[in-house]
Parts: sequence; structure tokens; C-alpha cells
Amino acid sequence: MAREKSSKDNAQALFNSLRSAYAVTPVNLKIIDLYVGFAVFTALIQVVYMATVGSFPFNSFLSGVLSCVGTAVLAVCLRIQVNKENKEFKDLPPERAFADFVLCNLVLHLVIMNFLG
Amino acid sequence: MATVTNTPVSDLLKSFKLKTKQQELLIRVSILCLVYILAFIIRLFSVLRYESMIHEFDPYFNYRTTLYLTQNGFYDFWNWFDYESWYPLGRIIGGTLYPGLMVTAVLIYRILHFLRFAVHIREVCVLTAPFFASNTTLVAYFFGKEIWDTGAGLVAAILIAICPGYISRSVAGSYDNEGVAIFALLFTFYLFVKAVNTGSLAWSLASAFGYFYMVSAWGGYVFIINLIPLYVLVLLITGRYSMRLYIAYNCMYVLGMLLAMQIRFVGFQHVQSGEHMAAMGVFFLMQVFYFLDWVKHMLSDTKLFQAFLRITVTCAVAVGTIALGLGMLSGYISPWTGRFYSLLDPTYAKDHIPIIASVSEHQPTAWSSFMFDYHILLFLFPAGLYFCFKRLSDATIFIVMYGLTSMYFAGVMVRLILVATPAVCLISAIAVSATVKNLTVLLRSKNKGVLTGSTKGSSSSKASSKALLDQSQPFQKNGAIALLFGAFYLLSKYATHCTWVTSEAYSSPSIVLAARGAHGNRVIFDDYREAYFWLRQNTPADAKVMSWWDYGYQITAMGNRTVIVDNNTWNNTHIATVGRAMSSYEDEAIEIMRSLDVDYVLVVFGGVTGYSSDDINKFLWMVRIGGGVFPVIKEPDYLVNGEYRVDKGAAPKMLNCLMYKLCYYRFGEMLTEYGKPPGYDRARGVEIGNKDIKLEHLEEAFTTSNWIVRIYKVKPPNNRW
Repeated sequence: MAREKSSKDNAQALFNSLRSAYAVTPVNLKIIDLYVGFAVFTALIQVVYMATVGSFPFNSFLSGVLSCVGTAVLAVCLRIQVNKENKEFKDLPPERAFADFVLCNLVLHLVIMNFLG
Repeated sequence: MATVTNTPVSDLLKSFKLKTKQQELLIRVSILCLVYILAFIIRLFSVLRYESMIHEFDPYFNYRTTLYLTQNGFYDFWNWFDYESWYPLGRIIGGTLYPGLMVTAVLIYRILHFLRFAVHIREVCVLTAPFFASNTTLVAYFFGKEIWDTGAGLVAAILIAICPGYISRSVAGSYDNEGVAIFALLFTFYLFVKAVNTGSLAWSLASAFGYFYMVSAWGGYVFIINLIPLYVLVLLITGRYSMRLYIAYNCMYVLGMLLAMQIRFVGFQHVQSGEHMAAMGVFFLMQVFYFLDWVKHMLSDTKLFQAFLRITVTCAVAVGTIALGLGMLSGYISPWTGRFYSLLDPTYAKDHIPIIASVSEHQPTAWSSFMFDYHILLFLFPAGLYFCFKRLSDATIFIVMYGLTSMYFAGVMVRLILVATPAVCLISAIAVSATVKNLTVLLRSKNKGVLTGSTKGSSSSKASSKALLDQSQPFQKNGAIALLFGAFYLLSKYATHCTWVTSEAYSSPSIVLAARGAHGNRVIFDDYREAYFWLRQNTPADAKVMSWWDYGYQITAMGNRTVIVDNNTWNNTHIATVGRAMSSYEDEAIEIMRSLDVDYVLVVFGGVTGYSSDDINKFLWMVRIGGGVFPVIKEPDYLVNGEYRVDKGAAPKMLNCLMYKLCYYRFGEMLTEYGKPPGYDRARGVEIGNKDIKLEHLEEAFTTSNWIVRIYKVKPPNNRW
């Protein structure tokens, strides 16, 4: 009884402290996080769709899922490079980070368009 | 008295005198230029001795496809179905080759034509490999600079320019995938290490493109896609997780995987094959690591974080193992294919896949091969490992891992010495550069120490220690000079060895044989090309030729005729059918040949010249491969007491099988050597057992001037009456 209560308390405390710590992140990082969440959500929808309908043009399924995963991963990389708290990247101007992000996304989507069939 | 008269000249000279930094840059650039040229010209021995031709067997297929690409354009090439090989099955060439080499050669060809150099595509093909070897030396310089410093980079460039391990597969005329693939391999590794060091998305994108080029060039890309995740895992375990690693690996993995799947031959293997699962596993592990790092950063309470950590890790491990288990059990994730499984278990191929076991390049490596191909690098490699461990960083950990894994694989298969060569050269370069640097510092420091001791008014303890130093300095300086001379001697010996090895062992075209005549003059045997051109000019255009699979590519490329099996060896049953035909009596063999529409049979015979890579020496492999599919062919039938003989004491099945008859037809009357009876086989060193051979269903069509290639025509069936 006591242990259940304490683990539930632990979970609550964890959740609350995470929430409060997240609330102070700057707005631009929150936008990037929203974008990542959206991309992962789209990927999940595609996987569920494939599970119901079947994976016949497998290359199309792969290109769809990988474009979502790819752009999520690239957004996370952008977030890392733009985040002011990361000391490793304090010399990197955010414009350069964004330019790299755009270039990688361009390559990603060109390949996806070729792979879509 | 000051010399005032030369003032304008001395002023001019002074204006040319460079600052130290510029001097150093000039030295480096000139060394790299010389190394670039050296790497190219050391590979030109066979072009100068014989002629500019394509060597060996596999390059002929590459040459034929390149020719097709120049004549028909990329779309036709990518969708090419070849009906001239593997009759009657045909081969989907567009989907079963690695296009990188052909596309590269055609690109160079088009650039040269655009600049109005009207070269033939064959010249471009012959010289592609040396050109890319020169480029590899440049990449090795940059890689060495990234790992250690510019000195190590220069030494690495020099070592890899002349290393026999690399020359063996990139000599002029050896138009094979490895020529470009090693460049792509080193380039990809360099770009990835640069990405990990800088954490920049641009370098990761470049490494993804490097990986794409590697996948398009060679099947050995599996090495990259397993080494890089292994490296990332080692970094994670040693506590070197960083944001740069996250960015580098993720960008490279996702983009590289997508780009790689554009090659039809690779297809969906990156998500379905067991050999590629390590990369995916590490990808998910990195996400977990990043997530945990992020949560830890946000939480201030460590105890809470520990609890969270435990829950997450157990969940992640559980999900991972369940997914992997489900995938493997349901067969969705295919297990490791035989080609790569035999690297982990070297005894696997001998028992299960005789075709892989029969290739001479797939045998385990002997120590003599290591010494032959590496020379002094063999003992500089452990020295370099020591230096790498002294200064551990992300980059040196990578090169150590690359060196150790590639050395293991080089020990398993002779062919993979090639993959280990860049790692061995780089690590040895670190050893050489660091040692030479330490020695020259010793040489220079003595002067400095004396100077500072005399100019500064030092305290008594310093003076006494300086006095001690001064006493031991002369011996140190002599020792340093002696060691430097020793290093110079070793490196010059290495250069001599490499040149000798290249000239003697690795520059033979294999399609043209050379020997020394009785008077010391050079005798050239051009029998292969003689036979192929006879085929091209004297047989109907739709004739089908049956031979052992070694010669398939050459027959289609030079003879321009349809073959039954060739070097691609994708269909084991078809090869076993040919093996069965070669090992059966003539009556059974003619049935098989009629069912395959065979018009001509080609065999290679070395009995007159003493050429030992002929079909009689390969015959047991034909029996084993045929017997693997058709149990009616039993290997002990062809042996006597476990011994393989062709003389009077040979097994009766051996003396009457088709291969024996075709090779030794009319040979019984031939005098090959002074003082020996007629029918003396110079390659086996015995007199043959069955001299009176009569062929019922075949007739001799052509035998080359030195009896090396023999072509027989299949007679049409008799008229019925």
C-alpha cells in the first residue's frame, strides 16, 4: 500500500518537475519540439495505416515513414545546435545551423520524391 | 667592408624568401603533388610492358556494361535485361550490379570528350583505378591530419600510395569495383570522423553522400554500415556520448539509408536484412540516450532521475529485444547471407557453399601474404596502436577500431587485405610521424637547452640539473641521429620492396601469359584472346558456348557470344548442371548439352605450356559443385585412394569423363618435352593414362597455337531413318 502510494507520488513528482522545467524553455525551442511531435505523430499514423491496409508498394511506405522520421531527426539536430545552453555550439551562428537544416531537408525530400514511386 | 654592389639582386632574393609558414605550405603541397603522381605511375607497369588492356575476368563484365552505358545511355542501362548470358535464363543486369564504377568511368569519359580529348572508353576504363588511387592518397592525407597532425597525414599519403595491399587490386587494367570502392570507403570514413569532430550537419550530409557512393560502388559497404554503429556503441560505452555524435550519426544514418535504397541491387536490405540491423539498433539506442540526457538536464533531483532512468532503460531494452526477436523468428529480418556469414565462421563455406569456398581469393590468409603486402607496416601497426592509445580522442578511437576489425577480416579472407590497407597505413603513419617528431625534437632541444642555461641566471639546482643534462645530451643526440638514419633506411627498404612486388607479382594481366624461353627471351602466350576472336569471327551470331563459369564474362565481352554460366554465379543449380555435364560420360553429357541448346564447348588446358590454372586442375571443384546438387556425381569416383590422378592409375570414370576427353583429345600423339614420352602433361608432370580418345558427339573446332584454349562443336543429332 505504502509502496504503491510512494511510487505514484514519485511519478507525480517526476511529472510535475518535468513540466515546470519544460515551461521555462524559450519559445523557438518549443516550436521545434512541436514540429518534432507532429512529424512523429504523422509517422505513427502511416504505420497504423500500413498495418490495416498492407504494405504493398513497400517503397512508398518506407519513403513516407522515413521522411517523417528524417525530418524529425533533423529538427532535433537543429534544436541542439540552436539551444543556447549547449556550450559546444556557442560559436555556431543560428543562421548557419538553420541553413544546414534546410539543405539536409532539401536532400531528404528530393530522395523521398525519387523513392516514392 | 659591406658589399654594396649586389644590393638590388640581394633585395630581389630577399623578396622571394618566404616566411616559415609559407615554406611549410610549399613543402606540403609539393610533397602531395609528387605522391599523387607517384601513386598513378607505379600502377602502370603492365600498360608499359604489354598493352593497354583489361585484366582478369570480372573487369570484362564491368567493361562490357560501361560500353553499353556509353552507347545506350543511362535509362537503357538501368533497365537492361541481358539475354546473352545464363542461357536460357538471362540476367537482369540493371538490378544486379553496382553501378558506381561504370557511371564514374562514363562521367570521366564525357568530361574528357567535352574537353575535346577523343579517347576510347577502354583507355578510360584501364586508367580509372590508378586515378582513384591517387585521389585516395589525398583523402589519406586529410584523414591523417584529422586524426593526428599534418606530418602523419603526409606519411599516410606516402605509405598508401605504394602499399602493395592496395596496388594488387588497383593496378592499371584492373577495372574492378575495388578500385573506386576503397576511395569511397576512406572518403566516407574521413567525412564521418570530421562530422563527429565538428558536430556540423553539413559534414554529416557529406558523409551520407560518401556512403551513397560507396553503396553504389561495392558490396563491401556492409563493412561501413556495421563499423560505424559499432564505433558509436564503443563511444557510448566509454562515456563519450556528446551532442556532436548524436547529430553526426543520426543525419548520416537516415540520409545514408535513404540514398542507399535508391540502388536497386541493395533494395530494402537496410530495413530487412540481418546484416544491417546493427545500425538500426544503434539508431534507436541513440534516441534513448538523447532522451535520457535531456530529461537529466531538465530534472534537478537526481534520485527521481535514477528511478526514471531505471524504468526507461528496462522498457527500452524489453521493447528492443521483443522487436528483434519477433523480426528474426517470423523471418521478416533475414539472417546473415552465406557470403558474410562465412567471415564470422570461416569453416561454414567449405561444408555448405562450395562455390564460395572454391574461389581462390576467399581462402584464409597466410603470414607470408601479410608480409608480402605490408612489409614494415606490419610491425609499425602495433607501434601506431600504442601511440593512438596514448592520445585517445573520438578520432583515434575510430581508427583503432577500423584497424582491429579490418585486420581480423583480413586474416579470414585474402581478398580483404585490401580493406585493411588504409587503416594499417594510417596507424603506421602515426607511429612513424610521432617517432620522427620525438627524435627531431631531441635533436633540436639540445641547442635550446644550452642557450637558456647560459643566458638565464638560474638557481643552483637548475644549474646542476642543466649540467647533468649537458653531460647526457651528446649521447642522446647521437642516438637520435642513429635512429633517424634507421628510420630512413627502413622506409627506403619499404619503397624498394613495394616497387619490386608491384613489378613482379601484381602487374600481370592474367589474360596474356608470359614466360622465359630457352634463350632467356620473353615468350608471350596470347591464346585466350586468339580463341575469343576465333569465336567472334567463325561462329554464328546466336551460338551458345558452354564453359566453366570462370570464362563467362570474357566470352561475352570479347567473343560476343551467349554463354550458359558466367562469373556472376547467381544460380548454383545452373552451374551445377554444367559441372555435371563436364563430369559425366559423353553419352550423358550430350543429353544435358542438347537440353541447354549448347553449340560449342570451351575448355582451358595447360598441359602443353605447363599452365597450372587450367580446367583439369579446377575439375574437382566442378565435381563438388555438381555433386552438391546432383547426387549422381560422387567425388570418390574420380579419385584413387583419395588422390587425384590423370595418368594410367587414374580412376576409370576420370579417364572417360567429358572434361578429360576434351582436354586430352589428340594429346596422346603430342611431344611436349624433350626426353619424355608423347602425351606428357607438363602441368601435372605425368604421362596421361588414356591416349586413344574418340569423340562421338563432338568434333574439334579450334585449338589455339599453344593448346591453351580448345573449342569443340556439338554435332547435330544423326538423321533418323
